[in-house]
Amino acid sequence: MLKLGDLSARQLTSRLADDGLYLETGRFVTRIQSSIPSVAHGLGLLYGDYPLQQAAQFADFHLRLARPANGRRWFRPQVVLFQDGNSRFRPLPLAHAFPMFEWGLNWCISSRAHDYLMLHAAVVEKDGRAAILPAPPGSGKSTLCAALVHNGWRLLSDELTLVRPQDGHVLPLPRPISLKNGSIALMRDFLSDPVFSPAVIDTHKGTVAHLKAPTDSVLRHAETALPAWIIFPRYEAGADAVLTAVGKASAHVRVAKNAFNYSLLGGRGFDTLADLIDRCDSHEFRYSRLDDALATFERLRPGQP
Amino acid sequence: MTTTTAPPLLLAVLRQPRRMAACTLADWDLLLRQAISAQLLATLRDLADAAGVLGQLPSQPRAHLDWAHLQSERHRQAVRWEVRQIRAALAGLDLPLILLKGAAYAIADLPPARGRLFSDIDVMVPKPRLPEVEAALMLHGWAGIGHDTYDQRYYRNWMHELPPLQHIRRLTVIDVHHAILPETAAARPDPLRLRRAAVAIPGQAGLQMLAPVDLVLHSATHLFYDGELAHGLRDLVDIHRLLSHYGDAAGFWSQLTARAAELELERPLYYALRYAARLLHTTVPADTSAVLADTGPPAPLLRLMDALFLRALLPDHASCADRWSGGARYLLYLRANWLRMPLPLLARHLFHKAFISPRHAPAEQV
Repeated sequence: MLKLGDLSARQLTSRLADDGLYLETGRFVTRIQSSIPSVAHGLGLLYGDYPLQQAAQFADFHLRLARPANGRRWFRPQVVLFQDGNSRFRPLPLAHAFPMFEWGLNWCISSRAHDYLMLHAAVVEKDGRAAILPAPPGSGKSTLCAALVHNGWRLLSDELTLVRPQDGHVLPLPRPISLKNGSIALMRDFLSDPVFSPAVIDTHKGTVAHLKAPTDSVLRHAETALPAWIIFPRYEAGADAVLTAVGKASAHVRVAKNAFNYSLLGGRGFDTLADLIDRCDSHEFRYSRLDDALATFERLRPGQP
Repeated sequence: MTTTTAPPLLLAVLRQPRRMAACTLADWDLLLRQAISAQLLATLRDLADAAGVLGQLPSQPRAHLDWAHLQSERHRQAVRWEVRQIRAALAGLDLPLILLKGAAYAIADLPPARGRLFSDIDVMVPKPRLPEVEAALMLHGWAGIGHDTYDQRYYRNWMHELPPLQHIRRLTVIDVHHAILPETAAARPDPLRLRRAAVAIPGQAGLQMLAPVDLVLHSATHLFYDGELAHGLRDLVDIHRLLSHYGDAAGFWSQLTARAAELELERPLYYALRYAARLLHTTVPADTSAVLADTGPPAPLLRLMDALFLRALLPDHASCADRWSGGARYLLYLRANWLRMPLPLLARHLFHKAFISPRHAPAEQV
């Protein structure tokens, strides 16, 4: 099977600018077109392990990043995201083109794929059991996720946890991990040889860089996992790593608040989430030092903290 | 566009839903995108289901159809809930509450409701009762949204509805109509006749909808007189499905043409049947076409209308457009405004909208 990394930089650039790439991420195929160099660069850096469909006939999503046809060729140039020819989002500065692709693909999935209960949460797996990390932005979810998946845990997803209503399994969607502001330097120091997309400053989330997903996680994208823990991380400067149990009802409400389509799924959404909460131990997790956090996760056992 | 080119895939499938079973993955890639742009994705699934081919579709496009289906089911549930809230808000007024368009289809469970998404709930009440209705809705949490003084006057003096009201907590929007065309339009079908003929919605105490022939005429008027072409094909599919649903009832077609004459709505009906037959192969009895033959425009104008509508009613998608499509939609927008109000008023309205009204809100953040 052809992978994106098999293309030379030249082939990648020319195919992106021409007919586009049919990129497989988990169960979704995205056709992506762009002649913007930073998009080709970002894809080449972070998506080398992902399969490309040859002679593809079908894509779930059709994304194109292009510079708008206005007077801003040189003065504060911009980028527009087109979804099948329509631009529903505000143009961004040209330098934000690669993160815009990431955000646009997240939006495509989270606004459509309603055969799953979709949570705004990171999810990692070890020995067949998954830990879900729902959290509002700024709680250190992605930082913790990045540390875990380079220390024995498999990345299922950093942004979108897809829970299958039929059996409660989580479907992997391994994609680059979005890190912000201070976390970027922290992870550069913490990990050996991390691969990052170039940091982009002044986005609506501050400075953003994407960290390459571990190759093993990408290759195992078809292996689902049953969740065993729901961990609400909370970074607090100087705090010791402490797990505190969260009651089922409270966990249900907190996870529902972080779901994209809980109310759209109606009764099915409630049942799926109730099953998930029943199946998992839920904890609040306060931490400051990543090594302590990793040690705490190491001690997690299904059915007990 | 000439009649010899193949029709867009979406039209071919709307005419013969069984053809979905023979679509390749490449066909589906295009068909889904055309259907999304026409807001007909969930409708496609319903048609595939009704034609018995849903189980034969490849898994990738099937997933997209199922996603849209879930959304439309949730939407119908929300519409039922919202209509209950409106009925409760107006319960004390002893008022016949007539649901229009999408809300009527959804509550009466008519075929166009299946797979249809719409944003506003439309209701019709007698004009003298508007102040009470508006007050009751405001007491129950609906409030006017973002309309300046000019918009207020535009709606209240000239239009056939109140300025849209939005619920402050649920953010749902209700349009309260007292007629189906503006006060300023050349044709003004008598609302009293429409209300008198309205029928109870089975199993829904206190709720009514327009009589079947009036449902068709209202839908035709909305599309071919009122100029709501943003979802032109979807609205034409509504008409197609209403006609297929009611068309077999004895006397339906003769009632339809007689009622169109009575309400001065023969021209919109003429266009509706013409373009439904052309684009969707809707079955229209020969004697109905014969009765309406004289109600169309003169031949040169008809050729122009064909050129415009046969473009503007296609899905608003790059694969269905030629270089005249944008112009056709724009000319029909002007035509609709022209029909809504006399020229001096129209000139004033367009001037105000172009130079004085505040700009629309910017697009979303990705």
